[in-house]
Amino acid sequence: MNVLVILAPSLIAAALAAIPTQRPRWAPTLTVVATLLTLALTANMAWQIASGRAIAVGDDPRWSNWVAVDGLSVLILLLIALVGTTAAIYSIGYLAHARPTPRRVRLYHVNYNLFIFSMLAIPLLAEPTLVWIVVELTTLCSALLVSFDNTAEALEAAWKYVVLSLMGAGIALFGFLVLFAALHAAGDTVYTWEGLRHAASRMPPLLMQTAFLLILVGLGTKVGLVPMHTWLPDAHSQAPSPVCALLSGIETTSILYVILRLFPVMSAVPGAHAETWALVLGLVSVGTAAFLLLQVSDYKRLFAFSTVEHMGIILVAVGLGASAADYGATQQIVNHAVTKSFCFFAAGATLLSVETRRIENVRALIRRSPIAGAALIFGGLAIAGAPPLAVFLSEFTIMKAGIAQGHYLATALLALFIVVAFFGVMGHLNRMVFSAPSDDAAIERAVLPVSCRLVLVVAAIPVLVLGVYVPPPLHDLLTRAAAVLSR
Amino acid sequence: MNDATHPLIENLNALATGLFLLTAFGIIATRQARGCLNLFIVQSLLLAASAALLGLRFDSAHLYGVALVNAVSKPVIVPWLLRRVASAELYTRREIDQVLNIPTTLLIALALAIGAYFLGVPLAAAVDASVPTPNVPVGIAGLLLGAFTLTVRREALPLLIGLLAMENGAFLAGIAMARDLSMLVELAIATDGLVIVFIVGVLVRAVAQQVGSTAVGDLASLKETPTVSPPYEELG
Repeated sequence: MNVLVILAPSLIAAALAAIPTQRPRWAPTLTVVATLLTLALTANMAWQIASGRAIAVGDDPRWSNWVAVDGLSVLILLLIALVGTTAAIYSIGYLAHARPTPRRVRLYHVNYNLFIFSMLAIPLLAEPTLVWIVVELTTLCSALLVSFDNTAEALEAAWKYVVLSLMGAGIALFGFLVLFAALHAAGDTVYTWEGLRHAASRMPPLLMQTAFLLILVGLGTKVGLVPMHTWLPDAHSQAPSPVCALLSGIETTSILYVILRLFPVMSAVPGAHAETWALVLGLVSVGTAAFLLLQVSDYKRLFAFSTVEHMGIILVAVGLGASAADYGATQQIVNHAVTKSFCFFAAGATLLSVETRRIENVRALIRRSPIAGAALIFGGLAIAGAPPLAVFLSEFTIMKAGIAQGHYLATALLALFIVVAFFGVMGHLNRMVFSAPSDDAAIERAVLPVSCRLVLVVAAIPVLVLGVYVPPPLHDLLTRAAAVLSR
Repeated sequence: MNDATHPLIENLNALATGLFLLTAFGIIATRQARGCLNLFIVQSLLLAASAALLGLRFDSAHLYGVALVNAVSKPVIVPWLLRRVASAELYTRREIDQVLNIPTTLLIALALAIGAYFLGVPLAAAVDASVPTPNVPVGIAGLLLGAFTLTVRREALPLLIGLLAMENGAFLAGIAMARDLSMLVELAIATDGLVIVFIVGVLVRAVAQQVGSTAVGDLASLKETPTVSPPYEELG
C-alpha cells in the first residue's frame, strides 16, 4: 500500500463537501470522519515507525524518489491529523453559532479539507521542489479560511498573509533551485532530502550557503520568524478560532519542519554556520515576541505572538546542536502543537461568550462563562510554560541541553525571554478572567456549544499528561525524530 | 548543435535576458495597471524565449518543455483567468499610486540590479563553467525587483504581477542553473502560479466589495493599538 493513501480522506472529503445538499450536517460530518480516518492511518504509521519497522512507501521502488516517511515526518503527520481532528469537531459548534448560509458552510469545509491535505503532503513528499509547491498550496488553501468572516479586518489579514507568504515563497523557490544546482554540481541526480544528505560533503559550499539562507528567509516568513513575522499576528487572530488552531498549532510547525530538514545537510558543509543562524534568528524571534506580548490589546493576537516565540524556541533548540537539544526540539514541536491549539480553542470559547477580542473589554470572564474562563487560564499557564504542564517539560529539556553544551549566554537569554513572555501572557489573561465586573448588572451566563465543550476537555488531556508522563511509544517516536536531525 | 552556432545563440539569449531586465524595471515604473500586465506578458515570453534558446544550446528537450509551459500559461491563461475572476475590480483602475516617486524608485531598483550582479556571477561560476552568464544575475535581479514592486505598489493588480514576476526571475536563473529539474515539478509550479492568480483574484474581489477599493496596500487597521485609544468597532 502506498503511503500517499493518507492524503485520500481529506481530498475525497473536500470534493464531497462541495456537493450542494439540504442537509446542514453533511459537510461538517464529512470533515470529522475524514480527519478521524487520517488520524487512524497516521497513528498506525507512527506506531510502526516507533517500534522500529521500516515503512515501504509504495510497490514500485521509484516512489522513494518522491515520497519518504521517517521519524520526523511521521511525527509532523501525526500532529496535523490530531489537531485537524480536534479543530474539525470544534468547528461544528463554533461555525453554527454565527448561523452561516449553507454555501458558506460548504466553502469552509472544502477549504478546510484542502488545507489539511496540503499540510499532510509537506512531510510525505521527499522532493524539495514538490515540498515547496505544497507549502505554497497551504497558503492558498488557507487564504479563504483566514478571510472567512469577510470583515474588512479579516480581508486585510488574509491579503497580508497571502502576499508576504508568497513573497517568501518566491525567495525560497530560488533557494530550492540553487540547492538542486548544488546537487547537480556534486554529480548526483536524486533530489530528495536523503539524496541531499548523501551528497552534502561534495556540494559547492557557496551554493549551499546561498540556498540555505534563501530558504531560511523565504520559508521563515511563513513560519513567522522575526523580522518577517508582521503578517502572522493579523492572520492568526482574524481567522475563525478553529482555523487559528490549525494555523498556529501545526501550519507554522510543518513549514519549520522543512527548514529543519536542511540542518543535517548543512552540517557537512564547511563554514556554513547553519546552527549559528538558527540560534541568532531564534533568539531574536523569542525576544521580540516576548516583549511584543506585553503590549497587545487583543487576546487572539496574544496567542499569535506566543506562536512566534515558540517557533523561535524550537529554532534555538536546533541551533544548540546537541542530540539532547534535538530531542527537546521535537518534544517542543509536539507540546506546542497540542497546547497552542488548546489555547485557540479557549480563545474561541471566550470570543463566543463575550463577543469581543479586546482584552480591556473582557472582565470577570470566569463568572460569565466558567468553562471559557478556566480554559483560558489553563491554556495561558500551559503555553507560558508553567510546571507541570507539557511545554514546561520540553523547555526544561532544551535549557538543560543548552547548559550541557556550554551555550550559557544563549540559554540565559532564552530563559529571560521565556520569563518575560510568561508574565506577558498571564498578566493579560488574569485581568480578563478574574477582574471585577465593570458594572453591577447581573452577568448573564453564556452557553457554549456542546462540540466546543467536548473539544476543550479532550484537547486538555495531552497538555496535562505530557507534562508528567511521556508514553514509551511517543518517547521512541521522539527519539527517532531527533535522530533524523542528528548531525 | 555544432560549435559555430553557439555564439549566435548565446548572443540571442543575452538579448532576451537583457530585455527581461528592462521589463522588470518597467513593471516597477509604469503608471498604468494594464501596462503592468502587458509588461509581465512580454517578460514571460522573454523567459520562454531564453528557455527555448538554452534548449537549443544544450540540446535539452526538457528546456523546450519549460519554454512551452511558460509561453502558454502566463501570457494566455493568466490574463484570461484575471478577466474571469475579477475583471471589473482589476481592469477599471487606470492610474496607480506609488509609495515613492518614480525616479527614487528606479534609483533603488538600479542598486538592487547591481547587487544582483555581484551575487549572481559567483553563484553561476560555482555551478559549472557552462552556465550561461547573463541568466543568473538577471534572474536574481528579476526576483529582487519583483519583491521591491511588492513594497512600492498599493494597487492589487501590480502587487499580483510583482509576485508572479518574482517567480519569473527565479525561473530565469533556474533554467540556467538547474537545467534538468523534473518536468512534473515544472508543470506543478506552472499550475501553482494559476492557483495564485485565482485565489488573489477572489480575495481582491472580496476586498473591493467590502472596502470599496482595490488599493490593498492602504489597508492598515490591524496593529497593536495602545489600550488608551478611542474605542474601535468590535468584530464579534
